[in-house]
Amino acid sequence: MKLRILLSIALLAVALPVAAQQSTVTVIQNATILTVTQGTIEGGSILIRDGKIAQVGKDIKVPAGATVIDATGMYVTPGIIDCHSHIAIDGGVNEGSVAVSSMARIEDVIDPDDVDIYRDLAGGVTAANLLHGSANPIGGTNAVIKLRWGKDARGLLFEGAPPGIKFALGENPKRSNFTPPPGTPRRYPNTRMGVMDVIRQAFIEAREYKKQWDDYRKRSSAGEKNLLPPPRNLTLEPLVEILEGKRLVHAHAYRADEILQLIRLAEEFGFKIATFQHVLEGYKVADEMARHGAGGSTFSDWWAYKVEAYDAIPYNAALMTERGVVVSINSDSAEEARHLNQEAAKTMKFGGLSETEALKLVTLNPAKQLGIDKRVGSIEVGKDADLVIYDKHPLSVYSVPQKVLIDGEVYFDRQKDIAHRAEIEKERKELKEKEKPKEQKKDEKKPDEKKPEGAEVMP
Amino acid sequence: MKRATFLASVALLAGALAAPAHAQKAVVYALTGAKIYTLAGPPIENGTVIIRDGKIAAVGTGIEVPAGAEVIDAKGLQVYPGLFDSYSRLGLTEIGQVSATVDLNELNQYNPHLNAYSAIHPASEHIPVARANGITHAVSAPGGGGFGGGGGAVIPGQATLINLSGWTVEEMDIRKSVGLVLNWPSMQTTTFDLSTFETRQRPFAEVKKEYEERVGKLEEWLDAARQYAQAMVSPAASTIERDQKLEALVPVVKGELPVIVNANQERDIRNALEFCQKQKLRMILAGGGEAWKVKDELKKAGVPVILRPVQTLPMQEDDPYDRPNTTPGELNQAGVKIAIATFDSSDSRTLPYEAGNAVPFGLPWEEAIKAITLYPAQILGVGDQLGSIEVGKRANLIVTDGDPLEFKTQVRYLFIGGQPTSMENRHHQLYEKYRARPK
Repeated sequence: MKLRILLSIALLAVALPVAAQQSTVTVIQNATILTVTQGTIEGGSILIRDGKIAQVGKDIKVPAGATVIDATGMYVTPGIIDCHSHIAIDGGVNEGSVAVSSMARIEDVIDPDDVDIYRDLAGGVTAANLLHGSANPIGGTNAVIKLRWGKDARGLLFEGAPPGIKFALGENPKRSNFTPPPGTPRRYPNTRMGVMDVIRQAFIEAREYKKQWDDYRKRSSAGEKNLLPPPRNLTLEPLVEILEGKRLVHAHAYRADEILQLIRLAEEFGFKIATFQHVLEGYKVADEMARHGAGGSTFSDWWAYKVEAYDAIPYNAALMTERGVVVSINSDSAEEARHLNQEAAKTMKFGGLSETEALKLVTLNPAKQLGIDKRVGSIEVGKDADLVIYDKHPLSVYSVPQKVLIDGEVYFDRQKDIAHRAEIEKERKELKEKEKPKEQKKDEKKPDEKKPEGAEVMP
Repeated sequence: MKRATFLASVALLAGALAAPAHAQKAVVYALTGAKIYTLAGPPIENGTVIIRDGKIAAVGTGIEVPAGAEVIDAKGLQVYPGLFDSYSRLGLTEIGQVSATVDLNELNQYNPHLNAYSAIHPASEHIPVARANGITHAVSAPGGGGFGGGGGAVIPGQATLINLSGWTVEEMDIRKSVGLVLNWPSMQTTTFDLSTFETRQRPFAEVKKEYEERVGKLEEWLDAARQYAQAMVSPAASTIERDQKLEALVPVVKGELPVIVNANQERDIRNALEFCQKQKLRMILAGGGEAWKVKDELKKAGVPVILRPVQTLPMQEDDPYDRPNTTPGELNQAGVKIAIATFDSSDSRTLPYEAGNAVPFGLPWEEAIKAITLYPAQILGVGDQLGSIEVGKRANLIVTDGDPLEFKTQVRYLFIGGQPTSMENRHHQLYEKYRARPK
């Protein structure tokens, strides 16, 4: 008995420091806090406990043992959320060999070593929607990540984020701007008609597949014996989840007509389009999008790179916002993601959005579109402490992120990054030096010392 | 409210100051009460600019407004030289993916006789879009390949300097040729094929052989041009058949026309610099992604750089994440004359933001402004005509309600060739059209 108590005390002693470590408290002090949902707090503090925002306000006492980040003269915003990204994906993003590639999963190919994670993090991005490419009317499934640089692939995943899938309309699934390698046949579809057909046909099959499973489960739960489950179909499973409202559709679309067509098709099958991606002509059918409840995730000002982008206007985000659409500005590019705050700022010039409306485009609104707004997107008590500390107002061209926090942890620190550079430079030089003598040594080797060819090949 | 006022002023402008007006009216304009950033000295508070016959006639304080001048009250506003996109593709491409609308890349590797001037489309929708963001003049350069090199012909042709206003290219023309574009043959083993979206690996030996062939060919062309130049002034000149290509190269080998050399990698920049010095060419480096590694040599050789956009990814995986942002400041600090350009057409309007993004990383604000106004003018040999607000210079200028590098700032008036010029464009028209769609 005594032994047992002693043992458990010993265990406790081991466990205690760990527990204390886990209950970390950080206070960001004396900053201008742009909460996005609750106005701006001058000279404010944010108390972070165990990765969550515990307090926000002016008079916050620093608990003993808390880490203090002095942000005097700085600005704090919620972490930027990129609703359309292709970073951290190993290899190609397009399973383009088939028109419906819903069986392909981005989650299977996350590359946590992609340097673009760090580069985008340094631009204030804390979460990103990693999407399959746009080669297929129905593409692969997505992965929502937090940019926890240094963690492994699983450690990047945004726990609890609703799953999603990529759809694509227009020139890309038609393969208008793509030359197939010589000798390969063209892939159906070749027109916008064909694109809609592919999607409709897939949902007809998904409905049938769902019926088979519903039927099986009903009979099985009624106690019927000797039932064989229907064969699993990994292409149709994600589509069933869409029909059940469990998977978000992120549909790449440009032209107003194709946006409307997909809305009507979704309504025909009783599901919703969560977001239209790019949606460069969204401003033309913003009312229809708003009525359907689809969000719009667009570029700030890219246009004219192809025909379906010729009517793109930098007022798109503002116009859709005016008409009641939940709008975000995304990057679709590892580079553009580095300054999404600036891209959002352009909507103040083009369309006259307010500062808060502009900031929402890259924080709260993409969080809503991805179904993660209970966790992130604004600075509110209870939300994840995903925060960016800027030296200047984040909607200024002169602002630079100084620190970026995810779950209350500092994942990017500009001063540390700069301090680290000399070390990297030194290492680079050493490695270059190392290369030279190695080659000389190799030359010095006598032929008989060399391993015979194929020696390392296992039998 | 702010929006309404702005829109009203846009509407007024659109009505009162009709489309591409250019030197047709010999009207005198006076901008009064503005803060004037002449870039030839400290800013002038509450100053006046007088514009006459397309030129700046007077600038300063206490200047009398001539009788009959059209007065624009610019109280509370700021005046700057018009922004200069010193490497663009304006007028040469409309829709990137539609080859029918793209006139950037001719066949053959050596086309010194071709000139962007002969293909510039004055009605391109990109031009008024760029103009609305304060770009008043631009170099339009042939050749593709992104931000300076890495594709297309070795010599795609000559670059033209145009006003972003005019009914015809002749009305737009400032200087038909400001330089011969040279895509320095890059020794890159990895190339990206845009048509298949795949990277392609080639053996170094193959790439090196191709490089040597191309540079050798280039040398031959220049030697031939020198002989041609000599022959054309010899007694036998009348017997020599005219050769357009060699003719175009003569001002280059004489050092009269600069070569605008696209190169980004350190090795390519060094090779190009060595080549141009050996050949006694007037070199302007364009792109310059890794120019910071060659800054001392560039400074020593007096070679200026037209930098590619700041908002690009670092070239090497282990470069600091902000490498493109720090490059302009570092070169400026080292005494290398820099301009910043977009190397684009539809994105030409982002020029001020490219410059702005270099400021927090070491490029002083005034130097950033100069990198998109005065310095490109000096680099391209038109510093006596453009780039600052000084008497006698072309009246290409903008009137803004704030810092032109900031996103919130609106361009309120824009003068090209001394004429108030419309800021109406396709984007604003579509905005108004669909904004008016009944709910």
